Amino acid sequence: MIPESAAWVVLGLPLASFLLIALVIRPFFNRYARWAGYVSIAAIAGSFILSLWSLSSTTGLYKALGWPSHSWVKAGPLDFQVGILMDGLTAIMMVVVSGVSLLIQIYSQGYMHGDRGYARYFAYMSLFTASMLGLVMSSNILMMYMFWELVGLCSYLLIGFWFHRPAAAAAAKKAFVVTRLGDFGFLLAILYLFSHQGLFAEKGLNSLLISDILAAAQGGLLGATAVTWLGIGIFAGAAGKSAQFPLHVWLPDAMEGPTPVSALIHAATMVAAGVFLVARMFPLFEETSAVLKLVALVGGGTAVMAATMGMVMFDIKRVIAYSTISQLGYMMLAIGVGAPVVAIFHLFNHAFFKALLFLGAGSVNHATGTFDMRYMGGLRRSMPLTYLTFLLAALSLAGIFPLSGFWSKDEVLAVALGRGGVVGTLVFVLAVAGVFMTAFYIFRALFMTFEGNFRGGVAAEQAGHPLLQAEVLSPQPASHPPGSASSSAERHVHLAESPLVMVLPMVVLAGLGVVSGFIANSPVALRNVPGHWVSRLLSPSFALAEIEKVPFNWPVALGSTALALAGIGLAYLMYGVRRLEPQRVVRRVGPVYRTIYHKYYIDDLYEGVVIRNLLYRGVCGVLDWFDRAVVDGIAEVVGWFGRNVGKAIARLQTGQVQAYGIGMSAGVAAIVLAYLLWGGG
Amino acid sequence: MSPSELFLLSPEISVALLGGVILLLDLAVKRKGYLAAAALVGLLVPAGFSVGLLIRVGSESTGQLTGVFDTLFIDRFAIYFKFLILAATALVIAASVDYRARLGRFQGEYYGLILFSASGMMLLAAGAELITLFVALELATLPLVALAAFLRDARSTESGLKFLVLSAVSSALLLYGMAFTFGVAGSTWLRDIGQVLSGASQETGAPFGSYALMLGIALMVAGFGFKIASVPFQMWVPDVYEGSPTPVTAYLSVASKAAGFAVLLRVFYVALGSADLRVEWGTLFAVLSVLSMSVGNLVAIAQSNIKRMLAYSTVAHAGYLLVGVAAVARAGPSDSLGPSGVLFYLATYTLTNLTAFFVIIAIVNKTGSEVIEDFAGMGRRAPWLALALAISMVSLIGVPPTGGFIGKVYIFSAAVRHDLAWLALAGVINSVVSVYYYMRVVRALYVLPSASQERVPSSLPLRWALGITAIGTVFLGLLPTHLLRFAQEAARILTS
Repeated sequence: MIPESAAWVVLGLPLASFLLIALVIRPFFNRYARWAGYVSIAAIAGSFILSLWSLSSTTGLYKALGWPSHSWVKAGPLDFQVGILMDGLTAIMMVVVSGVSLLIQIYSQGYMHGDRGYARYFAYMSLFTASMLGLVMSSNILMMYMFWELVGLCSYLLIGFWFHRPAAAAAAKKAFVVTRLGDFGFLLAILYLFSHQGLFAEKGLNSLLISDILAAAQGGLLGATAVTWLGIGIFAGAAGKSAQFPLHVWLPDAMEGPTPVSALIHAATMVAAGVFLVARMFPLFEETSAVLKLVALVGGGTAVMAATMGMVMFDIKRVIAYSTISQLGYMMLAIGVGAPVVAIFHLFNHAFFKALLFLGAGSVNHATGTFDMRYMGGLRRSMPLTYLTFLLAALSLAGIFPLSGFWSKDEVLAVALGRGGVVGTLVFVLAVAGVFMTAFYIFRALFMTFEGNFRGGVAAEQAGHPLLQAEVLSPQPASHPPGSASSSAERHVHLAESPLVMVLPMVVLAGLGVVSGFIANSPVALRNVPGHWVSRLLSPSFALAEIEKVPFNWPVALGSTALALAGIGLAYLMYGVRRLEPQRVVRRVGPVYRTIYHKYYIDDLYEGVVIRNLLYRGVCGVLDWFDRAVVDGIAEVVGWFGRNVGKAIARLQTGQVQAYGIGMSAGVAAIVLAYLLWGGG
Repeated sequence: MSPSELFLLSPEISVALLGGVILLLDLAVKRKGYLAAAALVGLLVPAGFSVGLLIRVGSESTGQLTGVFDTLFIDRFAIYFKFLILAATALVIAASVDYRARLGRFQGEYYGLILFSASGMMLLAAGAELITLFVALELATLPLVALAAFLRDARSTESGLKFLVLSAVSSALLLYGMAFTFGVAGSTWLRDIGQVLSGASQETGAPFGSYALMLGIALMVAGFGFKIASVPFQMWVPDVYEGSPTPVTAYLSVASKAAGFAVLLRVFYVALGSADLRVEWGTLFAVLSVLSMSVGNLVAIAQSNIKRMLAYSTVAHAGYLLVGVAAVARAGPSDSLGPSGVLFYLATYTLTNLTAFFVIIAIVNKTGSEVIEDFAGMGRRAPWLALALAISMVSLIGVPPTGGFIGKVYIFSAAVRHDLAWLALAGVINSVVSVYYYMRVVRALYVLPSASQERVPSSLPLRWALGITAIGTVFLGLLPTHLLRFAQEAARILTS
């Protein structure tokens, strides 16, 4: 059984690595920046091993380890406690976070090689890993919020890692602002709990401890309305972080960061934090069916909408980014229909194969210098390992038997179908439609990148080479303008397999992506793993009455596989053998294509109408006037007052010791006088 | 008095003896650097005795022993201050090593005087009787006067002389106040005074039940107010702080202030703690608190010399601390939320302020200027010193993750608890005002350009002392629990 101190070490190691790199290595030993990578990897390896220990400790226990919280600040009625909530959910998230982070940092050594910000990069990555681990381990919702904001900060810093590029700086800002909208809802929920601490205290509960909040929600201590609003607030935060409609607009732009960052933060871990949050608070959501329906509908809608956008992008990273949004939608959908176990099951399968897809994109970029698939092609021959791993990940994402994506996606479909009712049927239909699209867009990307002939890479892109595959209606603004590759040294075409440090993590992830689905939640008992292991592990975390086992559903499995194969087939016809000319297909569905291609005009709506006119001209104009006239005015007066009164009093400081003596005596006289005037019973 | 009672007095005795030993060693030792080392090692003895007393007190059901003709309280409250003062003394001695060039050949006397003063301060926190308190106060103050004048240049001499005259005035006021109090209560023992006064009738309609007691309290407030640098008894502070040797200024600003608050809390809570009385002096301290904060902060804005700026800053912090004194229950038995906040705040303030002064010692040694703008460029010239000073400024403002933040939260929440929300609000507004002048220092460190690029040297002992105080400042911001608990236990003695 893992002791609590060891669990704190999991959190402390990457934090120490961050401090060491930021305070010692970067300022003083930047010539030895390689060591930043080694330190960071060693720390996370330690965390990973201890996380495995946590997982093995919680396995078979089927309840939380019950570590007490520690009082951090206790002043009067305020009692802020910190602690670790260690149960199956936490442990499995710890393993996913530290494991994927470990592999990606190993990969980063190759990808970031020679970058001027090498040490800074690893400092941020360590801080991110520490924050993410803290987020999943917190037993207190305020503590969780602290880490929640810290991962947001790290995301901002890493998206804008190449801050000298305006697109990266703008994307970082956008991500920060858009997620902030959702976080505001989360914060309101926390403030509501905080202001009702008296209510909790009467029952001996602490209004900020997650376990106490859930107990209060289930025990009816909080009214139905309060629970509904709390659920909406928390879901708003989750929707921002997990890029759910209508807050999804930041994630595609976030691809401006280094590709390993996209893999770790914007695919595998941080964006899944929203799903984790809703899952963690599931007993509260269970009390309010309206919010659960909202979660399901938002998830289903996002899943399809993002998938359609993924079908038309030319930037390989954006295709995968929209895919991420879509898959997060599937997870939300699963929670919404009352199956958090399935959501988490899909979460970690997704983490492996999606991280792998991004690493593959990074590897391709390493060779071609571009992310635009129109300038790629034919890479299968020069990059066999990258191709193979990418293919496995794509098959897994498409949900092809027996890869991991097959198992979890089918469970999502099965629980949606089993939910029934209007909402259940609707989201089931959406999810099924998404299966076809998913298979299509990911194999479109695969064929465009790896099949056919090589189309010149960054050299052709910079030469303004006419697009070889003119599928566009209007020139697509290059999302990654020249200079977008990881570093200037790599911005040339060099068709060869990436170095071993990059390929090795990809192979490991591919292995996980193949087996994790079947082994972790097998419908039948395996030699060493009981059947439905994840269900057994996670069900207690959600206070479910019984272990949530999804039986294997043959019609769903066969149907979804057929749909996925159809999607792959269509992609093959259009982009593999080019039987169907993509341009003709596009022309046939012109207006629809244009709408999707412009991301449903949502970005334009936000930036043009909401921000420029409504906010900037309207609200901000008024606030600006108020700030200048009233706030600045008050500040100026106070400042003037402060400076001059200060000088005036200072003038009393004559330096005459007699004056000081008189001052003291006058003080006594004043006190006595005051008592005589106003005192007395 | 039995010999076993010597044990109760052992920390104070051993500190005073250590002072004597240092003076004697001074005659024998050629390399004066050993004196500081000897003093530091020697301080382990009183620290050990204090731990012994803590264990002894822990086995007592009341948590309190009285001894030496009942003139001493030995309880957690007194022991808390013993540790605080011993720590401050040790840190100041370590940091004085960088100042030795200016102390000349009188290092033995210098360390000896610091130790004698420390013994007085420790006694002050333990005194159970007015005359004992007065003697302890003089024992604490007179060595400080000599230390203030130690450099024997014009500024230092002037500072010492002013300190001498004004502390004599304050002692006279205090003694006069004690006499009135004795006249009303008929006893000099704090406990007896408390019993007499809580039984006294309130029919006269005079403040505090009698005009004589009112005068006594007003005069005692003046005496203690001088010690803690509260408005309107603060006028000595800027001149003395500026002229004294910097380590002595540091010592004055933390140890002397801590001892002042210890005796203030003890006298007012034990002797004058009955429900009727504390409502009246609670209001007085609330008013003094607002005055001290406001005057300290406003005048600090106008300062250009960093030591003078910190002198006004210490006046402001006396104001914040007085919030905790003023936060007493209006009715019923009082709780110890306010005093425990004061105790915790004093510990963080000690670490924070020592950090600031230690950095000033090192930098002024190099540049010779105490003007704030002359700290420009230290972020590059001396990154660690600059970082420590920045931490200290942030903690003085009261921003997390520093001890200053926790201290303020604690003290202000005590005020809110006792219907003094307006006082807490005044404290918060003042904290905002103080950002201006504290951040000016940080701005100088990191933003202003500097002509010179020379590194700033500092000695190993100073670096160690600085490391302890700076890390301690942050540590108390992150993990305040243990010290808070000790402070709460210590303060509980006052109200039980």
